[in-house]
Amino acid sequence: MTHLLEMRGIQKSFPGVHALRGIDLDLHAGEVLALLGENGAGKSTLLKSLGGAHIPDAGTIRIDGRNVRLSSPLEAQRAGIAVIYQEYNLIPALSSCENIFLGRERTRFGFLRRGERQLALELFRRLGADINPDTPCGRLSVAEQQLVEIAKAMSLDARVLVMDEPTAALSPPEVDKLLAIVRDLKSQGIGVIYVSHRLEEIQRIADRVMVMRDGQSVASSHIAAAGRQQIIEWMVGRKLENEFPSRKPSFGEPRLAVRHLCRADKVRDVSFEIRRGEILGMTGLVGAGRTEVARLIFGADRRDSGEIAVDGRPRDIREPRDAIRAGICLLTEDRKHQGLILGQSILHNYGLPNLKRFSTCGFVGHREERRTFGDYMTKLGIKAPSASQLAKNLSGGNQQKVVLAKWLEANCDVILFDEPTRGIDVGAKFEIYQLMHALAAQGKAILMISSELPEVLGMADRILVMRQGHVSGEILDVKSTSQEAIMEMAVH
Amino acid sequence: MAHSDSLRRSLRIVVSDYGMLLVLLAIGAYLSVVTYAEQHPTGLAAARQLAASVRQKCSDNARVLVVARNGAEDEAFAKELKSQLESSGLRVAGVVNGEPADARKALTAAATEKLDAVACHPAAASWTLFENMARISPALATTQILKPESYYWPNFLKAENLLNIANQIAVIAIVAIGMTMVVISGGIDLSVGSLIALSAVVVARLIRDYGGGTSAGTPALLVASAAAIALCALCGVFSATMITRFRVPPFIVTLGVMLMAGGEARAISEGETINQVPQSFMWLGRGADLFGIPNAVVLMLVLYGAAHVVMTRTSLGRYIYAVGGNAEAARLSGVPVRRVLLVVYAVCGALAGLGGVILASLFQGGSPVYGKMYELYVIAAVVVGGASLSGGEGRIFSTLIGAFIIAVIQNGMNLTGIRSESQEVVLGAVILGAVILDKLKNRGVG
Repeated sequence: MTHLLEMRGIQKSFPGVHALRGIDLDLHAGEVLALLGENGAGKSTLLKSLGGAHIPDAGTIRIDGRNVRLSSPLEAQRAGIAVIYQEYNLIPALSSCENIFLGRERTRFGFLRRGERQLALELFRRLGADINPDTPCGRLSVAEQQLVEIAKAMSLDARVLVMDEPTAALSPPEVDKLLAIVRDLKSQGIGVIYVSHRLEEIQRIADRVMVMRDGQSVASSHIAAAGRQQIIEWMVGRKLENEFPSRKPSFGEPRLAVRHLCRADKVRDVSFEIRRGEILGMTGLVGAGRTEVARLIFGADRRDSGEIAVDGRPRDIREPRDAIRAGICLLTEDRKHQGLILGQSILHNYGLPNLKRFSTCGFVGHREERRTFGDYMTKLGIKAPSASQLAKNLSGGNQQKVVLAKWLEANCDVILFDEPTRGIDVGAKFEIYQLMHALAAQGKAILMISSELPEVLGMADRILVMRQGHVSGEILDVKSTSQEAIMEMAVH
Repeated sequence: MAHSDSLRRSLRIVVSDYGMLLVLLAIGAYLSVVTYAEQHPTGLAAARQLAASVRQKCSDNARVLVVARNGAEDEAFAKELKSQLESSGLRVAGVVNGEPADARKALTAAATEKLDAVACHPAAASWTLFENMARISPALATTQILKPESYYWPNFLKAENLLNIANQIAVIAIVAIGMTMVVISGGIDLSVGSLIALSAVVVARLIRDYGGGTSAGTPALLVASAAAIALCALCGVFSATMITRFRVPPFIVTLGVMLMAGGEARAISEGETINQVPQSFMWLGRGADLFGIPNAVVLMLVLYGAAHVVMTRTSLGRYIYAVGGNAEAARLSGVPVRRVLLVVYAVCGALAGLGGVILASLFQGGSPVYGKMYELYVIAAVVVGGASLSGGEGRIFSTLIGAFIIAVIQNGMNLTGIRSESQEVVLGAVILGAVILDKLKNRGVG
């Protein structure tokens, strides 16, 4: 097999950060190379270098043996490289057809020619996608948007396709479909670089694996030779005994009791309880209503009917303020846009729900706030140069810890985690799991919503499976259940 | 070591946070250079200076004629000069307050005895008759013509000019406090100009109809002012309710309020200026009790101080920044978003109302044309000061600097004789320049 893509000695530095320290990467035609690494390992910088968004300080990139200089995204496109970033580059107001041909519209004397729509339909047919080319991308589902991105790549006659966390927001059936498409692209001789944290998927789709750590490539091997355990060790650089911490749970009285929660057709008559010291896992397909349930309990959305009781006391929750007063908190799915105010310091983010605690007569006690936050930075291991650091500059894991710190200070007894470890690397994930266990041990009631089945199986004491807005099943004996059993209850 | 470190850090904060201050100082420096001119001192200080100079230049028993023009200032000058000269032992032959012809007559009369010097008011010193004293009388050939020494100083930096700048901008600056808070919260308030007019008209009308008109006492004035301010605050509450309950964008809501309030102001005043208000009402707009600093300026500084404290040290301030930074995330952190917006728009309305009261006080009357176009200058001050129109960023004192930049540039254009038509062009260019400068600075740092 010829080398489709060859990167040698790629270096890239930013002020204060040496992101890439001499990376070598090989990609063959018709091969899927899985690229792994913790957050901060340099994957994103490497992808951006391939996509023409960054220009490396040193090193060479060769396509089919020819040196190329990718000085802009347009150059990268011309060289036959298509990058699908985690946050899609689609314009929501434009149709899928318009997005595919954005920047390369077929025109005659400046006027648009017909034929674009036909081409788009043809691309969708090849992908097996049932998408109307005239629908605005903002109205398509996440999975459909991704297919539009892939169609765009195909229309560019891309030889190298880079996919960054492609399945992060997809449900299992959609993941299967995507992997089938990737296999199909493989057979057409396209080389795919597949970046993902989902080790299971990697096992299913990749031919080779490359692991990055601290800006360098630390391991590269055929998939057959790399087991799950081995890959994790490469990523973290040490032996991980277990992926999930062990614990001896002990349960008490019910802390959170939810009865007959309803909201339109998103949440249909949901009832459950969570006891002291218990971690209740909630899973299901995307759109099953898990996040909606959590938002109802937290008061982020107004419920149509149903009761919520904390420690036996019924509480009328209409606004997040009511929930917080009742001792309930929510760590949202989208921590960047709902959990944090990115433009403000982590100190101010931490203080926001807790100002009353630090103030007298409306005046905020800065010293007290700083001191307590300092304690949390140590206790939770938040890595940041100072408390004045802006939230947007922290890694995903550290951002999540800041969100956790702000709720811990609010002394919440019921903690709702929605996708707590999404976009967080393996090392930080373990720390979050440990924190969850510690909280449970303190007697808090924890709801953990997650799409990652291994995570649910590894962490939950009990599992609720949601399907189309109602609870389709409850699993009491987590140790003896399987991913298949859960999937059975989740699928419709 | 630690002390100098924290000093350096504070200095860096001042420079990066209040960078527009450097721009203001630069403009001030430029104007100081450009308006550097010969200053002819007048007034009592000049008289004293001249008296000292006469003492120096003449013998102990010298005889001096004091010459000045007509007018209160000249008379005061002459009076002070006479008393200063006499108290140092010199003889004053006479005091002239009039035309050159009067001076000629006095000189002829004084020439009977040796006249050592003529001490003149600087304006009088340039009268042509002094160029050839011998023509008036041969005895005057050796008489010295003395006037206060002139000196060089930029017109821009004269105390009265600086105070004038501050006074001109006081109303806009005060209203800009409220606008800054609204902008930081992620909104905008276009109605402030109309609220100024409404408030001025309401306060004048209340004084005229219920307070006793031109003989209204202080309590009546206070009540009328408070009522006008409260009315404007209520308009703010109305705006906020539209914004939060019906999700109408602030731009549209406040545009509507602007039109309604403006129309209402014209209706209440029946299209005319209401000026049946007492002299005492002008205390706020024209008085200057504290070391000669105009009262409106003092009020401005006090309000800026208070607003700065609120925004940086209270929960309300934190909430305002949070709502502007990300209203949904703020709500999910338990911030009472609706209440915060109500307060912010109410305060903005109230400060606009205060601005209207100050203008009514300044012009001794209320007219619906007050505050016309003020919303543009207020927003310009906020933007030039560095606040971001998308919310979540900005500082109260930066707005003050922004207001001063606008006022200084306007003043500079007046001092250097630029026509008023061109002035608007320059002002618009300045605002654009300030915003671009700010964007560049952020890109460099962030």
